[in-house]
Amino acid sequence: MSEREVIYRHSRAVRITHWINVLVLLVLLMSGLQIFNAHPALYIGPKSDFDDPILAMGAVQTEDGAKGVTTLFGHSFDTNGVFGLSGDADSGYDERGFPWSVTLPGHRDLAMGRRWHFFFAWFFLFNGLAYLLWSLGSGHLRRDLAPSGQELKHIGASILEHARLKFPKGEEAKRYNVLQKLTYLIVALVLLPLMLITGLAMSPGMDAAFPVLLDVLGGRQTARTIHFIAASGIVLFVVVHVVMVLISGVWNNLRSMITGRYVIEPAGERP
Amino acid sequence: MSGARGLHRRSFLARGLAVASTALLGGCDELSDQPWVQRVLDSAETLTRVTQRALLSPSSLAREYSEAELSKTFKANGSTDPSDTDYKAHAANGFADWKLGISGLVEQPLQLSLAELRAMPSRTQITRHDCVEGWSCIGKWKGVPLAALLDRARLKPNARYIVFYCADNLFDTGEDKDKYYESIGLEDAYHPQTILAYDMNDATLPIPHGAPLRLRVERQLGYKMAKYVMRIEAVEQIADIRGGRGGFWEDLGYEWYAGI
Repeated sequence: MSEREVIYRHSRAVRITHWINVLVLLVLLMSGLQIFNAHPALYIGPKSDFDDPILAMGAVQTEDGAKGVTTLFGHSFDTNGVFGLSGDADSGYDERGFPWSVTLPGHRDLAMGRRWHFFFAWFFLFNGLAYLLWSLGSGHLRRDLAPSGQELKHIGASILEHARLKFPKGEEAKRYNVLQKLTYLIVALVLLPLMLITGLAMSPGMDAAFPVLLDVLGGRQTARTIHFIAASGIVLFVVVHVVMVLISGVWNNLRSMITGRYVIEPAGERP
Repeated sequence: MSGARGLHRRSFLARGLAVASTALLGGCDELSDQPWVQRVLDSAETLTRVTQRALLSPSSLAREYSEAELSKTFKANGSTDPSDTDYKAHAANGFADWKLGISGLVEQPLQLSLAELRAMPSRTQITRHDCVEGWSCIGKWKGVPLAALLDRARLKPNARYIVFYCADNLFDTGEDKDKYYESIGLEDAYHPQTILAYDMNDATLPIPHGAPLRLRVERQLGYKMAKYVMRIEAVEQIADIRGGRGGFWEDLGYEWYAGI
């Protein structure tokens, strides 16, 4: 039967922009949570109706002292120790949205969080533009990411295979499967650009330059809410992505994203 | 056996990740304290300011809203009741004897009473106030365009910034040098929506929102919109004023250009 084969899977452009994105998104996420913590509540519309947030994190006083509570669409959940109120014996327990262990800086410092966020936002923009221009120009988008009609028709089978954690081998493993293609497309063409657009819509300067941002997104506070939801979507993607990398051959995957070379196991037999 | 080793490897991995992330976090915190890192991060502010200035024409207006969209409660942030004795005395008699001072690089320094300011041409606008913390409120503001005041005082050609000195001392240190202040460039000073508001939501500007006079700079964040404005000064540079970064919050690390 067929031999074990090494293919060149990821181009240099994909590898470089991927790892830059890892660093940039990590800093943006953590500094973003620092900024969120300055007012850990989300609203719909142009303004903040303080009596009616769709999401709010905070502390409430109970008989046993302050407790962290998260309110989502009017329903309150006990999130003590994680959201609303967190800390440790050293630094004390305080009211805050996200724990300082996931924010940048790791203590309350909105000014510094903003400096990190906006500096890396520029890198995010340049890196994203470089990736998109290269993907369009080189045919990466059309060749590697756009699913064929045939693939879309058999998406059900692909979902079942994924659910059983069966990963393609041989010829099939040489390209992304339909779920990967769709996921990467959604992340690269929807979620990440949405982060940029909703981020810009929170800027009073950009709103004056392009008022259409407010019309398209439904107001500044809705834009801020979408920014949070899209960021959550990216976190969810990263979690699933990392799990998939781990269970479908961690060294092979990592090597292919570092050197480009990816080992294809022959189809039919199990290693 | 292999199971135990697998477990061991997993806990090693987990511990490795924990150490790496702590190092990264601690590293970023330590980096945040380095002056050179702050300078590098600040370069983004320049890029943002230059880009936004290029995208904004001097006449691009911040969105104006309808009466129906006014906030039911407009949050009063920062100082809400200045403790300064002079200010308290003025507040006690409704700012009847209070005067706004305009000085610095102007041909004609001015002292204007609230009645004189109200007698000048006014502008009314319903705009969204975006706090650096993330929330927004919509309010209706009426006031005198800053451009009209600057024209009346006749700005000298070398004036580049307008500085606003305020009555409030957020940390209540009792020292004048710790009082609130702000500064804007001439693009914003002459912008049609830049006004010194004396009315809010069809009533006299209340003390929590900056009575007797509050600056509105609608294309920037709330902290630029100084409350309790007592004195305006036209200057050539802001580097030699107090902390040197052009404002109370700026001196504490916030951006001078708050269009983002």
